[in-house]
Amino acid sequence: MKKARNEMTLVFLSRSANEAFSRSAAAAFFSQLDPTVEELADIKTAVSEAVTNCIVHAYRDRLGKIRLTARIYEGGEIYIQIKDSGCGIPDVKQAMEPLFTTCETGERAGLGFAVMQSFMDKVSVRSAPGKGTTVTLRKTLNARPGDEAAG
Amino acid sequence: MPVAFDHREGELTARIAGEIDHHTAAHLREAIDEAAESVLPRLLILDFSGVSFMDSSGIGLIMGRYKLMQSMGGELRVERASPQLKKLMNLAGLSLLPIIIS
Repeated sequence: MKKARNEMTLVFLSRSANEAFSRSAAAAFFSQLDPTVEELADIKTAVSEAVTNCIVHAYRDRLGKIRLTARIYEGGEIYIQIKDSGCGIPDVKQAMEPLFTTCETGERAGLGFAVMQSFMDKVSVRSAPGKGTTVTLRKTLNARPGDEAAG
Repeated sequence: MPVAFDHREGELTARIAGEIDHHTAAHLREAIDEAAESVLPRLLILDFSGVSFMDSSGIGLIMGRYKLMQSMGGELRVERASPQLKKLMNLAGLSLLPIIIS
């Protein structure tokens, strides 16, 4: 695997107030790549979906820790991993189908994974029931004039 | 998460400001439903001009208000959403529902 040019890790509790914190922190980290407004909004939306899944599903009846790792590779390639130690997903394929939701009461649209897939280039999910879920998001940001800033 | 209301001639406008996510959506939902259920408008307008960010929780918020207005025999309109928010609304298939998005 290639070596990351920059990396950061955040660990935070699965409190819903941290949805805004975590997507803003990820956006602030990737701002060093001088992304477009749209690219930054896409990243924030995908992170928000993944973190909300941890809060609403993985730790639905308790508080737990969420670990977000963000990396920057050469060529504007970004990597975000969101990892929980919650209940896990018994059927990942089904969970990723648009409109599928296990949430009966909360007005969840069942679109979390569909949004991640649409707004990022690649989404992968690893999950073990009872152990937790790891979601990995990848995207290559468009090269902009005057890139290759000193790292 | 602030929401301001304006009611005239059967039209209730809810001007939403800030970011819509799972954390803020619950309060918005309660405030909008309370206002709509008390004035029973013919048309509920959700004004998104002050919304700087929204994830799929915002889709749930719109769909839920659409169902509420349907149950009251009224209509829902979504106004002044940014291009980024419209991208999400289109992805969610909101254009397939009789919600006017301007």
